[in-house]
Amino acid sequence: MKELICIVCPKGCHLKVDEENGFAVTGNACPRGAEYGKMELTHPTRVVTSTVRCARGLYPRCPVKTDRPVPKGEIFRVMAALEVVELSAPVRAGQVVVENVCGTGANVVATRDMI
Amino acid sequence: MYDLIVIGGGPAGLAAACAAWEGGLQKILIVERDKELGGILNQCIHNGFGLHHFKEELTGPEYAGRFVKLLGETGVEVRLDTMVLEVADDRRVHMVGKSTGYRVEEAKSIVLAMGCRERTRGAIAIPGSRPAGVFTAGAAQRYVNMEGWMPGKRVVILGSGDIGLIMARRMTLEGAKVLACVEVMPYSGGLNRNIVQCLHDYEIPLYLSHTVTDIRGKNRVEQVVVSAVDGHRNPVPGTEMVFDCDTLLLSVGLIPENELTRQAGIAMDRRTNGAVVYENMETSLPGVFACGNVCHVHDLVDFVTAESQKAGSAAAQYVLGGGAAAGETVLEVTNGDGVSYTVPQKLRPRRVEKLCGLFFRVNRVLGNSEILVTSGGTQIARFQREHLAPGEMERIDLPRALLDRAEGEITVSVREVEQ
Repeated sequence: MKELICIVCPKGCHLKVDEENGFAVTGNACPRGAEYGKMELTHPTRVVTSTVRCARGLYPRCPVKTDRPVPKGEIFRVMAALEVVELSAPVRAGQVVVENVCGTGANVVATRDMI
Repeated sequence: MYDLIVIGGGPAGLAAACAAWEGGLQKILIVERDKELGGILNQCIHNGFGLHHFKEELTGPEYAGRFVKLLGETGVEVRLDTMVLEVADDRRVHMVGKSTGYRVEEAKSIVLAMGCRERTRGAIAIPGSRPAGVFTAGAAQRYVNMEGWMPGKRVVILGSGDIGLIMARRMTLEGAKVLACVEVMPYSGGLNRNIVQCLHDYEIPLYLSHTVTDIRGKNRVEQVVVSAVDGHRNPVPGTEMVFDCDTLLLSVGLIPENELTRQAGIAMDRRTNGAVVYENMETSLPGVFACGNVCHVHDLVDFVTAESQKAGSAAAQYVLGGGAAAGETVLEVTNGDGVSYTVPQKLRPRRVEKLCGLFFRVNRVLGNSEILVTSGGTQIARFQREHLAPGEMERIDLPRALLDRAEGEITVSVREVEQ
């Protein structure tokens, strides 16, 4: 039995995951908690949020995120891939900045308009 | 003459202005001192915003973007790069702007939405020398996420509020080494999820019941000394740990920014450091409302939005339908055992439609608990919670029918119960 704190929402439910019983989750207030509990012990993932360089914009950095969670072990490779990206204003929120980043299947997208 | 002037264009001001427009006001002005709308959300590039309001997980800039877009569909006027200097009698707002100069604008109603600012090293009096390299976590966040500067390479963070936790992860992702997160209280002031995804994920140690007792360095921070504290939060000699670092980030609390409020003579609450408000977020000055972090510091922007929509709608109602009648019944809301503050602090049952939302914070960590609402020694409502913590604002909804039965004051208290 493994105890986890759910990070799906700010509520932070205290989960118990039974590894020997098909990763059955208890203590969750919603179905997303059950999914998180199982995922966290079998294949943990996170959405990565960061910034990339942006020329000629209101600010020199434009915020971005992966449009879906990526494996936890890939986070620093994703960061390295963003290090070399340079956008040029205007940028639109939702615009794809890196496609299929590090082969994770996730696209990195801009999270604001930068004009 | 404006129907409404909203002071501050962050999440609170944006939601209040949109709600007031929906409520029928035509001439609305938002005054914002920054060069764009969105407030602090623009530097909060992490995700986790909007689960309540938009039912999806957004980053800060995305959340702000949604509201800026909504605002663009209204006729609300926005003045950027403009600082409000004074809210004077008869709701005349003095402001100075880059392109507009000094102006005095009159309004039929005002929403105060100035937000909050961070406590600094001076506010908590950390001993030691005065080198460069001591930042508030929010200032560092702005440098990293918007301006493109890294404040340092080896970092200690004092305070485990959400901004500190978020910055521990952010600095780590950007290549810094975060050596420790230090918290004077025996529990974290941040959300549990942030302890997990910001500290545990990156194996950053959290020292509870510890504090910074010395900062060493001549031109730049060279060392930070951390000591354990006893039950009275006094450092325990002999427990010193020395960290070689170049940066200390402070996440040691937020203070509502209420200079304008105080100057206007509005009644303040010492517990929240914000204005005393009624059920509709109206302050002691009729037609002047307060919402968001200027009223009390929130954990979640979604709750700021909900509260500010209430303030915006109430401003519209005030302008179009008139204020509260004189002599209306007012209930004072008081702290019972385990409660450190409530918002609203006063409520007028007759102005509650169906439910009156009540926010409060507890002053200690509690397990399985009940929340009791009493009036004149009689219990009028009871709610159950599995877990309560000072870092997590609680909300209960009190039905109008219950409030009608209350007399004089209502008291909110919490107590642990056997499972």
